[in-house]
Formats: sequence, structure tokens, C-alpha cells
Amino acid sequence: MKRPSFVVYGLLAAFVLGSAFPFYWSFLVASRDNSVLTGDFTLVPGGNFFANAVRVFDTIPFWKGLANSFIVSGTVTVSVVLLSTLAGFAFAKLRFRGRGVLFLFVVATLAVPTQLGIIPLYMAMAEFGWAGELESVIVPNLVTAFGVFWMRQYLVDTVPDELVEAARMDGCSLWRAFWHVALPAARPAAAMLGVFTFMQSWNDFLWPLIVLTPDNPTLQVALEKLQSGYYVDYSLVLAGTTLATVPVLIVFLVLGRQIVAGVMQGAVKG
Amino acid sequence: MTALLTREVRRERAEQVRKHPPFRHRLSKLDSKVSPYLFVAPFFVLFGAIGLFPLLYTAYVSLFDWNLGADDPAFVGLENYRTLFADGQFWNALFNTFSIFLLSSVPQVIVAVVLAALLAANLRARTMWRMGVLLPYVASLVALTIIFGNLFGPQFGLVNSVLSVVGIPPIDWQADTFGSHVAIASMVNWRWTGYNALIVLAAMLAIPRDLYEAAVVDGAGPVRQFFSITLPLLKPTLIFVIVTSTIGGLQIFTEPKLFDPAGGSGGGAVHQYQTVVLYLYQSAFQQFDLGYAASIAWTLFLIVIAVAGLNFWLTRRAVR
Repeated sequence: MKRPSFVVYGLLAAFVLGSAFPFYWSFLVASRDNSVLTGDFTLVPGGNFFANAVRVFDTIPFWKGLANSFIVSGTVTVSVVLLSTLAGFAFAKLRFRGRGVLFLFVVATLAVPTQLGIIPLYMAMAEFGWAGELESVIVPNLVTAFGVFWMRQYLVDTVPDELVEAARMDGCSLWRAFWHVALPAARPAAAMLGVFTFMQSWNDFLWPLIVLTPDNPTLQVALEKLQSGYYVDYSLVLAGTTLATVPVLIVFLVLGRQIVAGVMQGAVKG
Repeated sequence: MTALLTREVRRERAEQVRKHPPFRHRLSKLDSKVSPYLFVAPFFVLFGAIGLFPLLYTAYVSLFDWNLGADDPAFVGLENYRTLFADGQFWNALFNTFSIFLLSSVPQVIVAVVLAALLAANLRARTMWRMGVLLPYVASLVALTIIFGNLFGPQFGLVNSVLSVVGIPPIDWQADTFGSHVAIASMVNWRWTGYNALIVLAAMLAIPRDLYEAAVVDGAGPVRQFFSITLPLLKPTLIFVIVTSTIGGLQIFTEPKLFDPAGGSGGGAVHQYQTVVLYLYQSAFQQFDLGYAASIAWTLFLIVIAVAGLNFWLTRRAVR
């Protein structure tokens, strides 16, 4: 196959530059002081980024938000991956009465917007005394129908039936067959599910905004507080968004190749 | 004779084992019977408790005049829905939601297909380009919305500055209804186009090469090939992309919530870009009218299911 012409590269480069530009703009504004932001724009960063970053740390509980986001997204990811693999394994490789109907139920709920149940969920959290605590953003996200569907589809082709049967013959319990046969085989799909679950949880905003308080926020909720009020200090606010973008950019540089592969294998968004 | 005897003995033993299986064996049988249910149970129990139950309970709450913190909510039947269907702000929010959705989905699908066609070329540093177009997808949504709010600022925003260079008078991206929809849709497009392009690309690469070779033999040029081979074979993928973006698009919240810091939950001074979920949020958590908010949630739920069902029906027709 011959190499494409420079036109193709040019168009792609323009698109990628457009994709990256808002990040750069955020850093640009964050590195200057607010007074110069009056319409005239240059593309050269100023020297105020660290001063603005310090102001961010003084204004919002940035580090606490960052730590909370890691705790919440980490817990949710471990739970979703483990429980999805367990249920996915049962649906893919074990025979039991009602399997077809139960799996159909999983598929049918893929499209159900559970986000719309936030009102009773809020009442429940208030009842349990979890409002404002991290439990309130962790517990409602411990499982997803998508995770079960995704792991089942992967395991159904990857783990040969004979392997599970052989393990059973050798006297393995089903739990051990899961732990020693299915879980190692599921690793690639589980890793992908983990990355997507983590990102989704990391970006979650509506529900944390409702249940969490400004002094114990996730990173997203903390960021929102930066720009409340009538006068918006953009060099401050965009210093916050730049700082919040750094961790995801690092993740992207490290795992980008896998994320691309995951999307192309048909990972579905939120 | 010996063979017969051993067979008999064997059968006897088997019978014995069937009647009084050793403990290990019995345990293993129990394991086969019960364990599958134990494996799927955590999902079903949790999903029922935190996914389905709240959704169904929303319908129940919507039948009450239920205020946050009030002790004794009064049953009002369908009163909330009667109010809702006569509520101009709700219809306005529904209009805004669909308007923003159309402005984001239609251009997005077209650009995604073009972008996928570019990425399908035999590029140098292929993975790097793919990562490049996916960059917006991983960025924090809240951060991006704030950045775009700044870019589309009506006075000193970069977008208006650039427009003025070209000689276009500044547009008030916040006050103007259509302008604000375009601005919000552009955030959605910016975030999801590359992602959808990769999904389309995966489908494009799966199309067998010999179809194109046959087309070349028949004298079809690249454009004709695209419209006669590529596009029809992409149909299921495109429908998938449209369905998933519909379900997400109808629940859009973060972008309109944070677009203009001064706009708050109203979605602008005259609710010009308030979406349904934003109205739901405002009713429940700023006006504390949970019953009314629940009726908004339940109505939107039915709309999402109806649209998803319609999509599904269209898919079936398209595939057949």
C-alpha cells in the first residue's frame, strides 16, 4: 500500500493541533496575570504559572480533591473489574438454570440511564448519613451492566471450555477455577475495563456535585468551586484546570496505546 | 465371566456412590449447582439496589408533593406531571437539549467518518496519530468546560477575537440562544469526534480489501468506492455511534452547568441553554422540590427509552 500524500498528513496535523489547543490555551492563560487578558492574545506563555498555582492551592482543597478522586476512582475500578469478571465468567463458561434470561437482563439494562435515579439515591444517602462522605460516591458505582457484558464477551471466546472442565476434573472448586483459570485469561480485557472505568469515575460530576461538600470534594467538584461568583479570575481558574489536566495527560502518555486499542475494540462510552 | 462380575461390581459401586456419595463429591455437586448463582449475585444485588431500585422509586416520588427535609409528603397523584406539561421552562429545556444534541451529533458523525478515512491511510507513526485524535477524550470534562467557557467568552474570548480578525462582529455566545447552543455543542464535538472516529476506523479496517479491488476492476474511483462500499458497510457502526451518543446527549449536564460561571443552574438569564437534566438539578437541589424533579427525571427516562427503542427499530430495519 502506498504512503498517503502530504494533504492527508496536513489535515490530520490540523485536527490534532485543534485537539491539543485548549490544553495549551489553559496553560497560556494560567501563566499570565489577569490584567493582560483583555482581548489581545499572544501565544507566548508568561511567567506567572507557579504564582497562580499557589493561589489555586490557597483557594480550594486541591490536594484533598486529588486524593479523594484517587480513592473513589480506585475503589470503584477494583470493584467493577472484579465483580464484572466474576459474573462475566459465570455467564460465559458455567451452565446454570436461568442463565439466558439473566444475561438478557444484563443486555437490556445496558441502555438504561441509571443516572436518572439520583433523587431517591440522594434520599437514601441522607438517610444513611453518607451525604458528604466518600461512601456516597463510591457505593452507587460499584457495578455496571456494561462491565459484565464486556467481560462475558471476552471470556466466551478466550477461555476454552475444556480448560474449565479439566480444572473441575482435577478437583478444583469453581471459585478456584475462576481464580486460577479465568482471571489470568481475562487480564487484557480486565485492564481495559479498568482504564475506562477509572476515567469515567474520575470525570463524574453531576452526582459528586450533589452529594459532596466543598470541604471534602473530588477534584471535579473542587474545580467547579474555583469559578463560582460573578467575577471570574481566569488566570486562577485555568491554573486549576491545567493542574487537574496534568495527571490525566501522564496517564494518557503511559497508557495511550492501550486506550486507543480499547476504543477500537468497541468500548462504549459512559 | 470375570468381565461380567466386574461390571456388576462396578454398577453396584456406582449405585452406592449415587445413593451415598462421598462428602467431597457431594460438595463438588453443590458447588456446580450453587456457585454460578453466587458469582452473578453481587452484580444483580448491587445493580438492583443502586441502579434499578432508585430509578423505579423515582416514579413513586413523582406522585408526591415531596420537599427536601419535609416530614410528611402529600400524595398528589399525577399533579406534578400536569404542572410539568404546562411548564414552559420544561419545554424550553427539552428544546435546548434536542437542539444541542443535533448540533453536536450531526457534524460529529460526518467529521468522524472523514477523520477515520484519513486515519485508514497507510500512515507513518500510525499509533501516534490515533493517540493524537483521542487526546480530548481523556481530558477532564469539568476542566475542559471551564476552558471552553473562557474561549467563548463574549467580551474577551479568543473565539470572538479570531472572528473580529476575519471581520465578523462579535457574537454573544452566552446570551444568544443559538450561539450558546453552538458553543456547548462544540465542546461535545471537540471531546467525542476523535473517539468516534476511532470506532469508525476499526469498522473501516474490517472491510475486506478484495471488495475494493473488485471495484477498481469495475472502474470505480475513490469517491465512488467510498459511497458504494465503505459507507453502506459502516452503517451498523454508525448507528451504534448514534445510539450511544443519543443516550448520553439527552442527559447532558456538565457543559451547560459550567459554561457560564454566572449562569448557574438556570442555564443563562432566560434559560436559553438550560437542558432537561440541568432543570432537574435546579428543581431538586436548589428549589428542593423533589417530587417535581422526580417527574422530570421519569419523563426524561421515558423519552430516552423511547428514543433508544426507535433507534433499535431503525437498526433492525437498516440491517435487514
